[in-house]
Amino acid sequence: MEKRNLKGWLYLLPAILFLGVFMVYPLIDVFIYSFEEGYNSASQTFFGVGAYNYSYVLHDPYFLQAIKNTFILVVITVPVSTGLALLISVGLNSIKPLRDLYQTVYFLPYVTNTLAVGLVFMILFKKTAYSDGLVNMLINLFGGTSVDFIDGPYWAKMFVLCFYTVWVVLPFKILILTSALASVNEDYYKAAKVDGTSRLRIFTRITVPMISPTLFYLIITGFIGAFKAYSDAVALFGTDLNAAEMNTIVGYIYDMLYGNSGGYPSYASAAAIILFAIVLTITCINLLVSKKHVHYS
Amino acid sequence: MKVVLENLTKKFPSRNKREKADVIAVNNFTFEIPDGKLIGLLGPSGCGKSTMLNLLCGLLTPTSGKIFFGEDDVTNLPPENRGVGLVFQNYALYPHLTVKQNITFPLENLKGAAKLSKEVMAQKALEAAKLVQIDGLMDRKPSELSGGQQQRVAIARALVKMPRILLLDEPLSNLDARLRLQTREEIRRIQRETGITTIFVTHDQEEAMSISDMIVVMKDGILQQIGKPQEVYDEPVNMFVATFLGTPPINVFDAEVKDGKLYIGKEAVLEVKGVADREVYAAIRPEGFILKEDGVFGCDLNEVEVMGRDISVVSKHKNSRNTEIRSIISSDTKIELNSSVVRFDIKPHKVFIFDKETEERIYFDVNEGDL
Amino acid sequence: MQKPVDYEKIEKAAKNRKRILDIVIYAFLTLWAIVVLFPFYWMILTSVKSYGAYNSEYIPKFFTLSPTLQNYADAFTSVPLTRYLLNTLVFAVATTAIMLFVIILAAFAFARLDFKGKNLVFTLFLALMMIPNELVIITNFVTITNLDMRNTFWGLILPSVTSVFYIYLLKENFAQIPDQLYYAAKVDGTSDLRYLLKVMIPICKPTIVTIVILKVIECWNSYVWPRLITDDEAYFLVSNGIQEIRENGFGRENIPAMMAAVVVISVPLVVLFLIFRKKIMEGVSRGGTKG
Repeated sequence: MEKRNLKGWLYLLPAILFLGVFMVYPLIDVFIYSFEEGYNSASQTFFGVGAYNYSYVLHDPYFLQAIKNTFILVVITVPVSTGLALLISVGLNSIKPLRDLYQTVYFLPYVTNTLAVGLVFMILFKKTAYSDGLVNMLINLFGGTSVDFIDGPYWAKMFVLCFYTVWVVLPFKILILTSALASVNEDYYKAAKVDGTSRLRIFTRITVPMISPTLFYLIITGFIGAFKAYSDAVALFGTDLNAAEMNTIVGYIYDMLYGNSGGYPSYASAAAIILFAIVLTITCINLLVSKKHVHYS
Repeated sequence: MKVVLENLTKKFPSRNKREKADVIAVNNFTFEIPDGKLIGLLGPSGCGKSTMLNLLCGLLTPTSGKIFFGEDDVTNLPPENRGVGLVFQNYALYPHLTVKQNITFPLENLKGAAKLSKEVMAQKALEAAKLVQIDGLMDRKPSELSGGQQQRVAIARALVKMPRILLLDEPLSNLDARLRLQTREEIRRIQRETGITTIFVTHDQEEAMSISDMIVVMKDGILQQIGKPQEVYDEPVNMFVATFLGTPPINVFDAEVKDGKLYIGKEAVLEVKGVADREVYAAIRPEGFILKEDGVFGCDLNEVEVMGRDISVVSKHKNSRNTEIRSIISSDTKIELNSSVVRFDIKPHKVFIFDKETEERIYFDVNEGDL
Repeated sequence: MQKPVDYEKIEKAAKNRKRILDIVIYAFLTLWAIVVLFPFYWMILTSVKSYGAYNSEYIPKFFTLSPTLQNYADAFTSVPLTRYLLNTLVFAVATTAIMLFVIILAAFAFARLDFKGKNLVFTLFLALMMIPNELVIITNFVTITNLDMRNTFWGLILPSVTSVFYIYLLKENFAQIPDQLYYAAKVDGTSDLRYLLKVMIPICKPTIVTIVILKVIECWNSYVWPRLITDDEAYFLVSNGIQEIRENGFGRENIPAMMAAVVVISVPLVVLFLIFRKKIMEGVSRGGTKG
């Protein structure tokens, strides 16, 4: 028995070691950091213990900007991407020829480097001295005036950020939704058809309830993912997100930690814990809402 | 509502890409189903029954030919305009809706002038539920029902719109043996009460024979025979129909007609007047044997199974195409079987002979005097 | 005889509706396919336009008549693109290999071995799944800095060699293998380790392949941690490399060369995807998350 116990733990040892050092310890440490006031990373000393870091972060205009940006991003991209993915998946599911081709194409963004393709979006949207960029050309074509989406007005930048985020997250959602749709028994649709159910009603009364667990899973993970947005913004606007007014909460955490404005792990920790609290709250609300509306078979 | 099919054909493109030939699931069907009957569509799996059903309800459109409900040509009409009710093999009840919501679902689809008020819908749903005797279960979810109850809900849902035709796809296959007997009587009763022309698909000949007013036997997409169950059983038009119907199955022998007599092996077992000399298949129903010490036909005895009412004699013959010959003898018959050979006389009207090439029936004059 | 006419009308209407709907669906799907593909087209197109030609187009052209590979030569010579690619390759392979070792052992212990405290540890592991990376990355940054591992491969690799989620995924898969196989092997005198290597791993190969694919994609695209931990170009991964190129490479306006670099960085994963399309899509739908 002794020997068997030892053996089990031996197999687990590497995992426990790595998780201990890089997950459990940091988890405790981040709370400690967040309450250590005036921490100096060079000398590794601090003045006292208290909630000052939280108060500092919550009063930091950059952080407030980041919160605002993140919330706008979440509120726009989660419904838009989920809705669009649902439409596309339903469309995909109702065609036969070319379905595989479309599916492959739609999945491509998943396997591309966010930073790299972000650059392409940047040059598509950017207005420079040499060229207004392709998107502006299209806007001009329809009689609009050029806007600089990368260095221009706030909402133009926010639009590009949302657009790119949707572009990046869609493949995953389409994939999950198409396989959920494909697993709905064909007979339900046949039964509905024989009963003369309109397409819209089939969609709202049968399709959506049948895939509601998947849909709900996507909404939850969508919320969590969108709250953690960062690299999309870097890809479009560069590393100095504060200057671009496009910083996100995660971006703020990293900026506090490292880079030109870095060296403040205490502020970063406080911000990270605030983020965690927000995500946790939203997820709990989501779970409560789902109990009412999701059908689990 | 009378249903008429005219040269109905459905081809599917071949799945095997190398073969260009289409798969013909339904081949040139022509028949008429009288109003208000219960019809069993019978055939082995893969014979095109389900395709047939889908053509009738409009989920598929035929390659050629026509379908009439009464006088209306519904060949290319979408399902919702046909007025059909369909019960699926797995019932296809919406799992997220209650029994009541499931039954009401088709009614909620009605639009325009046909639109119903909530009260009328509830009333109709209740009527349908009462008809299938599930009115006590209206607020349950399908997952809380037994298989038989789900079946009833599915029938209620199909009936609530009072369809012109009711279609059932393998209605009994998902039920256990006891429920199956009960449910088939139930289907019979519901059909009688509503008077709706009902077509059900099955691969189980016993099921079809027991409750249908009429059976349609098909194989490989081709109509074999249509008629009242007993007629089809008594007068099969070809070897397939003869072997497909009946339990235990009919006994088939390699046989020969010579000088107006049917020979199985060396023994002449029956007079078959008016048939030219040729090799044939002879098929004898299990109940067509009469145990007789000096009978015309001898077989090697295997065993005797006593099954209460009847006795089943299991024997062998080198010309038999079945692995064993089963004959059913009334238990009144006194049998003393101590030899290894058992001898029978044959009832002429229980014997069918078929052409060896086409497997079509060869008719002969039965001389009742031979009995 | 009013009726037949009536029916014909319904038939026609139904047919038309179906056709219109089909057209709408295909139009919509094609539109989104264009939105997805266009950035790829644009990046390839731009990467073969010459520097001069690109900058003289006030209105960008949708094609080029004089494609050039000069930008690719530039991309490889004026920035250490080869180095970035190699670094990423080393990083991805090493991380994945070490992670496989760690998670296979752990999953085996949870699925097959009996020892005191197993259930408690497993529950704790599951609880860790809910911890977002953002919460622990701060301390990890400090830890790695204190260990003097900034700008080393170990510093890049170590924090991401365990994944509770993959342990869980694999453990579930291991647990599906019938116990009889294990007892049969025991009777034959097979050791636990040999059983793991010869029976469990081969049976669960599909899941392991899935995990490898997901991890490689994750490694190839990882940006945040490498950015924190490396400021020496010699250890940049492709994501950081591309960011570096954007801010300091080529001079800001050499967009075609930048696009050439983007193409080079995107190609490996896209090729991998096209080869293992079925496998990857299946894997992602089983265990992937993004967005």
